[in-house]
Amino acid sequence: MAKKRGILRHWFQAAFFALTNGYVVGFLTGKIYQGNTKALCVPGLNCYSCPGALGSCPIGALQSILDSRTFTVSAYVFGFLMGFGALFGRFVCGWLCPFGLVQDLLYKIPFVKKVKNLPGHKYLRYFRYVVLVLFVLLLPAVIVDITGMGKPWFCEYICPSGTLFAGIPLVATNPDLQGAVGGLFIWKVSLLVLTGLLSVISYRPFCKYVCPLGAIYGWFNPVALYRYTVDPDKCTECSACKKVCKMDIDVWKHPNSPDCIRCGDCKNTCPENAISSTLDKMLHKNKK
Amino acid sequence: MGIFLKQNWKGVALLCLSILLIIIGVLRGEPATVLQKAIHICMECIGIG
Repeated sequence: MAKKRGILRHWFQAAFFALTNGYVVGFLTGKIYQGNTKALCVPGLNCYSCPGALGSCPIGALQSILDSRTFTVSAYVFGFLMGFGALFGRFVCGWLCPFGLVQDLLYKIPFVKKVKNLPGHKYLRYFRYVVLVLFVLLLPAVIVDITGMGKPWFCEYICPSGTLFAGIPLVATNPDLQGAVGGLFIWKVSLLVLTGLLSVISYRPFCKYVCPLGAIYGWFNPVALYRYTVDPDKCTECSACKKVCKMDIDVWKHPNSPDCIRCGDCKNTCPENAISSTLDKMLHKNKK
Repeated sequence: MGIFLKQNWKGVALLCLSILLIIIGVLRGEPATVLQKAIHICMECIGIG
């Protein structure tokens, strides 16, 4: 049952990727979609330079506003981030983010020894907040050229999702770009390869330690309309939820931890059915 | 509806605030800046620089 639900989640992730990256012509011609829907943000880390992208990555959009000459803060993008966060929290990471799907699939590759967390997990888990503050908010706004324009630091130097979904497909299909490949591209591909290798060994290392979008949505987990509750009358504190949780969360103690990506493994494993989501409760009530 | 709001008032309040922020952003003309960036290949994002 739990395995079936896991497969269902992967199909849902793939379907959402297809829905938000439906400009197939872009992949064939090495060009990107230029319609008005790109003024809207999609929930996940989905680069707007991906040839198929029909919307904008919220982190990319936020940086494009912050490093512009016209604005210093963005009500618009913060509005989208808050809206997605208030509705779903990190359900976005577990179900709607394309780079999350890639890491999920890589983790399925067999390896001699899988580890739940990377060494230094206790401290590394806070690194995503450093990335958010430094690379997404501060550097693009503070370091500007003589014309007042900044750079999208996170997208330029870190984001492996942009390399995978935009950089590689565009460079592979667009001869003009092939001539411009240099050190930065090699750096970004190296980061992508490293992230990929670590994803085979450990579950979603990018989401756990680096992703600024996950850092933002994590804050909304306790208050989002979609959240988890543990029924104290049913819970026997057997820790089955913690054992199955690949994000290493004490679910029975912290069902709305900022680390939880709402994959649902804990809900499906709990022998007492003590963990439920607000959606489960609503559907259950309607059935009655 | 009353129970739903009582149990989810923080989420609903944040959702209302998010809609307000988006409206403010639209009135300030921010979507045009996002669109302008998003319809051109972002050389930095793809690692060309």
